[in-house]
Amino acid sequence: MKRLPLLLLSGLVAVAFAACGGKQPETTPAPAAVNQDSIDAAQRAAEEARQRAEKEARDREAAEREARQRAADSLAALGKSTEAVRTLLATMIHFDYDKAIIRGGDAAVLDQKVAILQANPGLRIRISGHCDERGSDEYNLALGNRRATAAKQYVVSHGIDGSRIETVSYGEERPLAQGHDEEAWAQNRRDEFEILSGGESLKQP
Amino acid sequence: MKRLLLGLAVLSAGPTVRPSDAQDTSAIDRGVRIGIVYRPGVRPGMVVLPVHAPALDSARVILARDLDYSDRFELITLPGGDSIRVTTTASGARPPAAGATGRTGGGGAAAATTLNYPLYQALGADFAVAVAAGSGDSAIVTVHDVAAGGVRRELRARLPALKDPGFRLAVHQLADRVLEAALGVGGTAATRVLFVMDGKVYSIDQDGADQKLVSSSDHQAMSPAWAADGRRFSYMEFWQGHGRLFLQEVASGKRAPVATTGQALDFTPAFSPDGKTLAFSRATEEGTDLYTVNIKDGCCLQRLTVGRFYDNLSPTYSPDGQRIAFVSTRAGLPQIYVMAADGTDQQLFAPFDYGATGSSNAPEWSPDGQTVAFHRDVGGTLQVFVLDVRTRAVRQLTSVGRNEDPTWAPDSRHMAFVSDRSGYRQLWIIDVETGRIRPLLQKSGARLPAWSPRLPEIASSTP
Repeated sequence: MKRLPLLLLSGLVAVAFAACGGKQPETTPAPAAVNQDSIDAAQRAAEEARQRAEKEARDREAAEREARQRAADSLAALGKSTEAVRTLLATMIHFDYDKAIIRGGDAAVLDQKVAILQANPGLRIRISGHCDERGSDEYNLALGNRRATAAKQYVVSHGIDGSRIETVSYGEERPLAQGHDEEAWAQNRRDEFEILSGGESLKQP
Repeated sequence: MKRLLLGLAVLSAGPTVRPSDAQDTSAIDRGVRIGIVYRPGVRPGMVVLPVHAPALDSARVILARDLDYSDRFELITLPGGDSIRVTTTASGARPPAAGATGRTGGGGAAAATTLNYPLYQALGADFAVAVAAGSGDSAIVTVHDVAAGGVRRELRARLPALKDPGFRLAVHQLADRVLEAALGVGGTAATRVLFVMDGKVYSIDQDGADQKLVSSSDHQAMSPAWAADGRRFSYMEFWQGHGRLFLQEVASGKRAPVATTGQALDFTPAFSPDGKTLAFSRATEEGTDLYTVNIKDGCCLQRLTVGRFYDNLSPTYSPDGQRIAFVSTRAGLPQIYVMAADGTDQQLFAPFDYGATGSSNAPEWSPDGQTVAFHRDVGGTLQVFVLDVRTRAVRQLTSVGRNEDPTWAPDSRHMAFVSDRSGYRQLWIIDVETGRIRPLLQKSGARLPAWSPRLPEIASSTP
């Protein structure tokens, strides 16, 4: 701020000197040089503006690209979550021979399903009960029915509306493993979980 | 197995035991039968005479096999086998001996022949059956009473052409009439067995011929069951996880879903003997219980059991329609119970030792009403048992391999069941009285057999 008054003052002095001076010096400026300068300046300014604009456009494009990418990424993430939830939901539970009691280890698997059903209120599922080949063919339909119902009762007792869960039994009619040993039988004594509706996009619990 | 070996050992001792075989019959080929319990002297001897016309010989072969499978005769092969020419004389030439009864004569003089009865008696035959052509497309089957020395009965029947789908059933029906004429008992020749294979229902003649697919849809099927008149059967199909019951006509092949079924898991249908009611099992979230539906009017669902904490399933009517035997898990493991047909008076039927006896399932009431067949877990494998309805005594019928899902023939003496005794699960037939066993179908995976009643003639008109 101090320099400004000094400049003003020197300017005033110069004006006073000129006004009071007898012979005015030739003060014809060199217009070409001045013009050239101003043209250059104008050109430079224009150039700068253009570059600025270009840069801004580039930046904007980049930002848009980035935004688009971000949006796409988040969609993919959502898809990944749906896939992950579906996989979790499809995890089977297994039973002891001629039993329809939920095993201790399988309670955690069912807890996951409770959480998924809570996080996705539009989701409806079907539980199907299955048996190994050892029991009577027709009795196994009743046994599979009890296995499906046992899982449903667990989920419903943890706060899920029963109307969102259908139960069916296939007895021993749809074995997963084709063998005739305990390994195959153990795999076949199971509940399967499938999505009936509302499974297009699923949230992680 | 001990009984089997014993049976084999006795085979060679054949010709000594019948009182009427007192003559020297050592030269006679009695035929060789493997793997049966042979009780010499009990069964009457039967000769099916050779015929020398191709269509009639096919009929004769089927007829002879049916008579053999009835397990009521000792079939006798003539010396020289089937190539022998049997000479017969016209019926007028020598009058039948006293005591020969039956409807002889009646116009078909060509078939009314007489035999050299003393010769057949010497061969050990009590009966001789001759097949001959009648007028038009009919056949005449003459049943000779060898001991009485005359014609017991002359049977006439329309015999469709060899290629006609009704040919076999017509011959089977003749075989049943021969049995009726000779011994006064009903046969099982004109019957079929329904069974499940690869999720579909098939039908097969009791002699193992003419297997065909009868459930037409792509849906997985189970639990076939016959109506008592042999004109309809029922089975279950999976539809969207539900079990839907169907009624199907034998003659037309037309089928229709049973009203009120298909909204839950409905299975194991069983016709009441009058054909008006279908009992079945229904699995819901409450458990599995027994219901009936009026199939005459397609209405009026009725619940027979209320299980809540246990299951009730697999109903089977007594032949008088008054009672239903079924499976219940009320005592823990499934066991056989009985109740009145309206669901009242439920009680244990086949006794068991709590904590010791294995699961019992798949009951089927015999057509004579006296027994209920079922299978029971014995040491981790299934065996066929028979419950005596009057005494409630239980008898184990099988012991080799896994044996399950017994189903009675209309004579209440033969039974089809599933067994893996040969290495894989297939259908077998056992004669409960002699213990003779034969495979019905040598294909793996056949199960849930249901033996028909004697089939009416109309069933032969269309395939």
